[in-house]
Amino acid sequence: MVLLMNTDFEVESLNTPVKQEPGWYQLKYLVAGVFFGLILVKSQVVSWYRIQEMFRLQSFHMYGVIGSAVMTGMISIFLIKKLKIRTIHGEPVTFTVKYFNKGQVIGGLLFGSGWAMTGACPGPLFAQTGAGFTVTIVTLFSAIAGTWVYGVMRERLPH
Amino acid sequence: MLINALSSPWPWYVAGPLIGLMVPLLLLLGNRHFGISSSLRHICAACLPAKIPFFSYNWKKESWNLFFAGGILLGGGIASFLLTDPHPVMIHPQLAAELRGYGVTDHHALLPVQLFNWPALLTIRGFILMVVGGFLVGFGTRYAGGCTSGHSIMGLSNLQWPSLVATCSFMAGGFIMANLILPSILHL
Repeated sequence: MVLLMNTDFEVESLNTPVKQEPGWYQLKYLVAGVFFGLILVKSQVVSWYRIQEMFRLQSFHMYGVIGSAVMTGMISIFLIKKLKIRTIHGEPVTFTVKYFNKGQVIGGLLFGSGWAMTGACPGPLFAQTGAGFTVTIVTLFSAIAGTWVYGVMRERLPH
Repeated sequence: MLINALSSPWPWYVAGPLIGLMVPLLLLLGNRHFGISSSLRHICAACLPAKIPFFSYNWKKESWNLFFAGGILLGGGIASFLLTDPHPVMIHPQLAAELRGYGVTDHHALLPVQLFNWPALLTIRGFILMVVGGFLVGFGTRYAGGCTSGHSIMGLSNLQWPSLVATCSFMAGGFIMANLILPSILHL
């Protein structure tokens, strides 16, 4: 069986050697996550209603959030590249080039449907659960199951 | 005063740029690329790799992503328990009218509690919304190689056109589901 080429560019250690950071360094990411979760809940990005309004063109809120987030991210990456800014540990910042495959369309359509049903993409799934909607643990487990089934079926799916 | 401002819903022009700043924050903290759905893959790799090639890698090298996801969970808790918004969620009158048609009228929380609750899991409507919906989120994001954060924010910020393709597909899937299919699910 011919193994598929890489279609998931989010697991860096598969593509490039990743340096081992001391364990307590992970706390940086925990704190960053706390801020992100806080923003997601307070801006109602985790709200099922805001997602329904987005897909029904009834509110500008989500378009404003995503649009301004992309603008901010774009300017930041431009500056990091232009000024060759390094990490706080002095390492160079690197970027991943993504290649097209059919999964971005088929998987994208499937994810979009799931997003409209649950009102949550993966970040908000964690945030909703933390916000005390205990039943979203089921949705989260189901998403993990979905990822697992994709891993099983991957070689047989069009990419 | 400050607590009041923090407790009411944050407008898009505050939340959006703050979310965008997660991109340089993670890059500068340790050259990490913003993206959350990959944490679901790491959880599979950690808990049930089952000799599947897709899950056979050293997930521990990616554990930053799991700490980040754990942080989101904590942050969600802090936001809703310490910075609780006392008011019900504002929703578009047209959406409220549509939901009334499905018997959904309680809008005090960020999720419609009449649709998302434990007993509802045993109904066809609730099962489809939570279990099937969640499955599609996990299956679809990995098939697409990312979600709203990895593709729509990180990928677009880095001008990767496959991420634009993915983002358009997310939106197309959502529009079709919300307008053409979801109404019949909610009628169940």
